[in-house]
Amino acid sequence: MALTTAPDPTRRGPGSDRAHAERRGPGRFRHSEGLAGYVFLSPWLIGLMGVTAIPMLLSLYLSFTNYDILTPFSEVEWVGLANYERMFTADPSYWHAVRVTVTFALIAVPLKLAAALGVALLLNRAWRGVGLFRGLFYLPSLLGGSVALAIVWVNMFNRDGAFNSLLSLFGITGKPWVNDPDWALETLMVLAIWQFGAPMVIFLAGLKQVPTELYEAASVDGANRFRQFRNVTLPMLSPVIFFNLVLETINGFQGFTAAFVLSNGTGGPVDSTLMYTLNLYITGFTDLNMGYASAMAWVFLLAIAVITAIFFSTGRFWVHYSDGEDR
Amino acid sequence: MVTVTPTTTAPTAAPPNARRRPGGRPVLRLLILVAIVAVVLYPLIWMVGTSLKSQEEIVNNVGLLPERFTPGNYTAGWSNFDVSFGRFFLNSAMVSLLTVVGNGLSCLLAAYAFARLRFRLRGMWFAVMIGTLLLPQHVLIVPQYILFRTLGLVGGDWPYLPLLIPQFLATEAFFVFLMVQFMRGVPRELDEAARIDGAGPFGIFRHIILPLSRPALVTTAIFSFIWTWNDFFRQLVFLSQLEDYTVPVALTLFIDSTSQSAVGPMFAMSVLSLLPVFLFFVAFQRMLVEGINTSGIKG
Repeated sequence: MALTTAPDPTRRGPGSDRAHAERRGPGRFRHSEGLAGYVFLSPWLIGLMGVTAIPMLLSLYLSFTNYDILTPFSEVEWVGLANYERMFTADPSYWHAVRVTVTFALIAVPLKLAAALGVALLLNRAWRGVGLFRGLFYLPSLLGGSVALAIVWVNMFNRDGAFNSLLSLFGITGKPWVNDPDWALETLMVLAIWQFGAPMVIFLAGLKQVPTELYEAASVDGANRFRQFRNVTLPMLSPVIFFNLVLETINGFQGFTAAFVLSNGTGGPVDSTLMYTLNLYITGFTDLNMGYASAMAWVFLLAIAVITAIFFSTGRFWVHYSDGEDR
Repeated sequence: MVTVTPTTTAPTAAPPNARRRPGGRPVLRLLILVAIVAVVLYPLIWMVGTSLKSQEEIVNNVGLLPERFTPGNYTAGWSNFDVSFGRFFLNSAMVSLLTVVGNGLSCLLAAYAFARLRFRLRGMWFAVMIGTLLLPQHVLIVPQYILFRTLGLVGGDWPYLPLLIPQFLATEAFFVFLMVQFMRGVPRELDEAARIDGAGPFGIFRHIILPLSRPALVTTAIFSFIWTWNDFFRQLVFLSQLEDYTVPVALTLFIDSTSQSAVGPMFAMSVLSLLPVFLFFVAFQRMLVEGINTSGIKG
């Protein structure tokens, strides 16, 4: 990805493979090595074909059919663009799922990244306790995606859950948040934000790279802490922010487990947690409408590709690479 | 993908004690951090506390911890269904451990080819591999299900094949990428020395790359295990018989039986299911947190 600094194999000194190959004259590939390359690559190649490429093509074909798992392949009917038409014009629950997913990502991702950056800034000092805090903050990222934690979360925001007993300390009478269509998705957002540790670790690594001289120069120029953050930290950190933003957005769109657990696989209450992937699962594996589910999967893939492309094309306006390398 | 998002950022070359700017208030910051830790840990402590409460305490005592510790939920949850949770744990452990083996082996082979060998179309295949990094598994699940079902592997004699076959074919591009990055840091002079001693590509792999790649293998193993242990989506799709269920799928059975009496056992089994991940966290904390940031680069 954009941030990695892989040693460039072409820039190595004498004795490297490239120099070696050049000494050997025009034949760039030694025969035995080319063969060995494909031997070592063969599991991956078989996987690429069998588990990724062929299924993708199959899915593209199915998206133009009315395939359900019950009828044999020979009786599958080609329906042209009917699935796509239905998706875009005649399926309100599809658009509802899109709205739920976009709402979730638009709110949860920025808040999660803000929490991650805020805590990273608090931790970004060399002192003894950092390791312990960093570890504790990272723990939710390891546990949070599991069914077990989703179960705990749902109960925590239920009528008799810990959240309401906390509220009652302040004299507030809570409600069963997870059963309220206006609040169910918000509890899932809180669960996502709770897992701020993973992007925080990445921010911390990024903060370590900011040269101290820049802060010294800024304070010599009379910049206060806020100006230093605004004019030194943020630009220097922008590649890491960009990386986290892309990754967390793509992850956010794919939220499934917690929504499944909260709604027992239905997307309820009143479709308020019908995330895109949950809708896809219900369409394909509960309603067995696999042709239609395939169409949904392809639109999902294209949407993620477009969003990633937008990120990368707007990135050059605000992502600042200090080493001057053109990436 | 799953929750953890480790990354390979640039090597952290800055000295560890670099930043000591004036103007900080250590005590205030410590207080804020402790408050955040309390918020972050609250759900976990509440989970463990509730799992140790008796049925009536779950209803009446909303506090964090039980007044009387009762382990009854654990025995009740363990045998709550027709199949014991021991079976589910064995299934999960088997799937996770075989995934570790499959990922380690197959990703290492592919990474060696990408990092060290020169062959036709290498650049193109590498670009394809990077392209699959961001491919959501939800996009492939329907056709994969159809393919594996057509091959008679879904609900077959050994229903875990659809979960494991992809893992033995290096489809987890993230680990291939991680290992490629790591191997690029292994000095090529070692290859050259081995080549002069008469080693071919296989010899170099066996005697140089394999032993030196251990840190990358360990990182891959830990994350493979945790991600598979926590994974729900694929296991939900491919496992249909109760006795084949893994822990996450079995846990959702508790949700079906919505009665209040199931809360204690459900929490007890949830705690148990998180225990392996937690133990991994305790044992490999430094590695998990710093792990991929640096281990992909350090020799």
